[in-house]
Formats: sequence, C-alpha cells, structure tokens
Amino acid sequence: MAKKEVGASKLSPKKMLVYLFLTLGSITSLFPFYYMLVMATRQNREINQVPPPFTPGSDLVSNFQKVLDNIDFFGAIWNTFFVASSVTIGTLFLCSLAGYTFSKLEFKGKTILFTMILVTMMVPPQLGLIPQYYIITTLGWLNDFRAIIIPGLINAFGIFWMRQYMKESVPYEIIESAKIDGCSNFRIYWNIVVPMCLPAFATLGIIVFMHVWNDFLWPLVVLRDPSVHTIQVALRALNDARLLDYGMIMSGTFWATVPLIVVFLLFNRLFIESLSEGAVKS
Amino acid sequence: MKKRRMSDQKRTALSAYLFISPFYILFAIFGLFPMIFSFYLSFFRWDGLTPMEYVGFSNFEFIFSDPAFFSSIKNTFLIGIMGTLPQIIVALFLAFALNSQLVRFRNSFRTLVFLPYITSIVAVAIIFGVIFNNQPFGFANYVLSFFDIGPIRWNAEYWPVKIAIASMVFWRWVGYNTIIFLAGMQSIPKDLYEAAKIDGATILQQIRHITIPMLRPVIMFVVFTATIGSLQLFTEPLIFLGRGLREEGITVVAYLWRDAFVYNSFGSASAAAIVLFFIIIVLTTINFLITSRIGKSKKVG
Repeated sequence: MAKKEVGASKLSPKKMLVYLFLTLGSITSLFPFYYMLVMATRQNREINQVPPPFTPGSDLVSNFQKVLDNIDFFGAIWNTFFVASSVTIGTLFLCSLAGYTFSKLEFKGKTILFTMILVTMMVPPQLGLIPQYYIITTLGWLNDFRAIIIPGLINAFGIFWMRQYMKESVPYEIIESAKIDGCSNFRIYWNIVVPMCLPAFATLGIIVFMHVWNDFLWPLVVLRDPSVHTIQVALRALNDARLLDYGMIMSGTFWATVPLIVVFLLFNRLFIESLSEGAVKS
Repeated sequence: MKKRRMSDQKRTALSAYLFISPFYILFAIFGLFPMIFSFYLSFFRWDGLTPMEYVGFSNFEFIFSDPAFFSSIKNTFLIGIMGTLPQIIVALFLAFALNSQLVRFRNSFRTLVFLPYITSIVAVAIIFGVIFNNQPFGFANYVLSFFDIGPIRWNAEYWPVKIAIASMVFWRWVGYNTIIFLAGMQSIPKDLYEAAKIDGATILQQIRHITIPMLRPVIMFVVFTATIGSLQLFTEPLIFLGRGLREEGITVVAYLWRDAFVYNSFGSASAAAIVLFFIIIVLTTINFLITSRIGKSKKVG
C-alpha cells in the first residue's frame, strides 16, 4: 500500500511541475559553463561558423597554450592566491579581535563605537575611489600588493559577524575564570576565544577569500603592471586583445573558473550555509 | 582591593581600545578621508599630476551637460530593474520549489542553482560576451535565427545592450537569492503549509498568503542589497562593451571610472561620485521608510 502511494505521488502533475522548474533552473545555471567548455576546446574558425559548435572539441591544450603566450596565467593565479590569503588571514585576526572586544570587554563608548562600525557598512566603497587611488600613489603602493591587502583589512561585516558569534557561543563564566587566573585580555582571546570560534572563522574566511579572489575594480585601478595582475585583471586583458580569439579567451576563463568550482564542490555545504547565514543574520 | 579593581578596569579599557583601533585607523585613511576628499575634489580640475585648480561647480555643470552621464544614470536604473526584478521573482519560486518536501535531490539542485554565484563577474561577462556575440554565430543570435529574428548587434543597440547586461546580473545572482530565500523559508513553521493544504490552497495561494508575508524581512534584505548592487554595476558593462563603454550600456560607476582612469579627469569623476552618493542616500532612505512602514503595519495588524 505504502509503496503504491509513493509511486502515485511521483506522477502527480504538481510534482512534475516542480521538477521541471528545478531542472530548467539547473540547466540555465549550467549552460554557460558548458558553453565555456565547448568554446575552450574549439578553434576560433570552428566557433565562427553558423551553426556554432555545441559539443566539446579537441583543442583544450592548444588553446591554453595560447593563453600562456598572452598572459602570465599561473603568475596571476598565484598573485590572486597570495593577495586573497593575506587579506583573509589579516581580516580574520582583526575582525575576531574587535568582535571579542565588542562582545566581551567593557569600556566607555562601546555602543557608539560599534554603531559607527555598522554605519560604515552602508557606504559603497566606490565613492572614495579616486582619493583612494591618490593615497595609494602617495604611499608608493601602486603595483604593490599592499594596495589591495591593507585597505582590504577593514571589514565592518566581519566585526559584526564575529561579535554575534562570540556573544552566543562563548560563555561569560569561562572568561571570568580565566581573568581570575590572571590571564591578560589578549591571552583570553588567543587561547580561549579563538579555539572556541573556529566555525565562525571558517565561514568568514570563505566569504572574505572569495570576495577578494573575485574583486575586479580596485585591482584594475591599482595593479597596472602585468606582473602584479590578479587573475580577474589578467582575464580582462586577455579579453581586450585586438584580435578576438574566442577559443583562447574562453580557455583562459575556463581554467580560471575550474579551481573555484572544485573548491566550491568540496566545501559546498559550508559555503552555502555560511553565505545564507551571513545574509539572513545581517 | 578597590584600587586594584579600578586599574583592572582601566587595563581592560586600554586593551579594548587597542584591539579595535586598527579598524578606525584604517577606515579613517581608506574610507572616511577619501569620501570627504571626493567632495573637495569635485570642485577642482585635476589630472592627477599637475596642481589642482579650483573651478567651483563647473565639474557638475560639465557632467550634467554630458549626455553620456545622463545615459549612465538611466542605464544603471534600467539595467538594475531589468536584472533584479525578474531575478527576485524567479528566486522566490525556485526557493519555494527547493523548500518543498516532495522533491528529491534537493541538495544537488541547490548546488547547481548556486554555482553561478561563485563565478567571478569578469568570467560571467566574458562568457556572456560570447553568447551575446553580434555575429550570426553567437549563441543568442543563432537561437533567434530560428524565429527569423536578427542578427542583433547586442553590444551596440539600445535595448539589446541592456538585455545582455541584465541577463548577466540575473544569471549570477538568481541562485544566491534563492539560497537566501530558502534559508528564510526554512524558518517558517511547516504546519502553516499543512493547514493551508488541508484548506485546499493552491501553490500560488500558499506563496501569496504564507511564504511572502512570513518572508518579508528577508525579501526586504534582498531588495535592499540588490538595489545597492545595481547602483555599483561596473564590471559587466566594462567587459561587455570594452574600454569605449558605449553610451547604450555605460553605468554610473563605469562612467566615473572612465572619467578618472581613461580621461584623467579626476575632478569631474569625483563630481559623478558625489551624484552617485546622493542617489544612494535617497534610495537608502526610501528603502528604510518602506521597511519601517511595513514593520509598523505588521505590529498594528
């Protein structure tokens, strides 16, 4: 009987509709990736035909070779990785320290200072773009990774996020007893609070890392020299070439996207949960 | 005893200020100062090299007499609406479908739908640039050829440019918003739906009378971030249109970037930034007013 019921509900038109809708959504999601793969494995003259090819070809390697001739692909990937890791580590440290301070320490002006941080979240970063560029040139940081890393360390959302987490999951008694044992405030943070908040670190770390990895406008402005290009800026340079070789361009885009997809599939659940949690909470 | 406690408090306060100071110092240098300086700069003519020259309001006069600037504002709004409105509606339906207890493979669907979000905007713009190629071999034109349409010059004509850019925005963000909505939906009590089903409510009725009212704060959040995000559109038009940034597709941020870093006209670019700033303030205020009004009516009702 029960079996029959399951079978019956499987065929219900409502359910079919839901599946159809989800399948359509998934195909729409996937198609550009597939099309990218098709283009990345084809020669330009095959792409320029009507009808265009819809199945992968055999030029994956030769197209990528052309990418390597045009841009320092691996250098750009390394630059991006270096910059994103530095910003992530720095941000995690500063945000967790500030989050700890705002959730567990008492001091004058706490509320006002914290409100100030929340207000800064409203300000779109592009508004100060030109003076920021001027500051970077004055400091001599043009074409220098410091131009990305140092300003990237300010993260109001990160402080907010860490404060929320610590407020909920670090009991006050533990901090109190550590204080009685004579721990300094920093030692309490480093030896007690940080180990207790590793999930919050992982979540914020993913968000920050991805954000820096995908950032484009600011690196475009301050990293002019090809030797310091991040992968996004390098991809743009590839796309801006005078003679458009779509096979080559898509090969570059493809190989720049694949690592992200692999990492995403590995940490899929953590990834999605962290982003939705961060959004719903803020 | 009392004395020690005082000094303890002082020490705590001192370390507290020390721990949070990096944020304020960095924000002062890289956030606040640049913003204020942008206002100052908008009254000067400056190419970044020679001394600044005070010119009063002429930067504003210049951008307001520049048709491209008006286009940039119009484009930003049009592309913003075209990209986000359908996106929010589709995301609501997708989230509702994913939230349904009947569906199997929910995690796989969720992952697939979310995949575009992790792709960089540069990559998205490049891929869509090929899909929306002007030539007959471009995917979009090829499909349209079956309906005897085209070939359309996607990056040169008024509406096609906007459709192409809006579709990039749509594609990259629809899954992200789906996940946000889904997270919100999962906090809605299941028995509400059960009761509605017993009363014979259709899916559309369930969405209208249960999901949307319960989801109001999340919807507001999504609308809010989508609005701000649309106002910052830059990468898609730059990659899709190239350095020239044709008037049909230029956005405000792209306009100010071109003024500053292609034409070396930092003063008028700053003026554009100031105008953008006021647009954002106005829209944020409207957003807040609507949100708080809805909050109020909810309390009354």
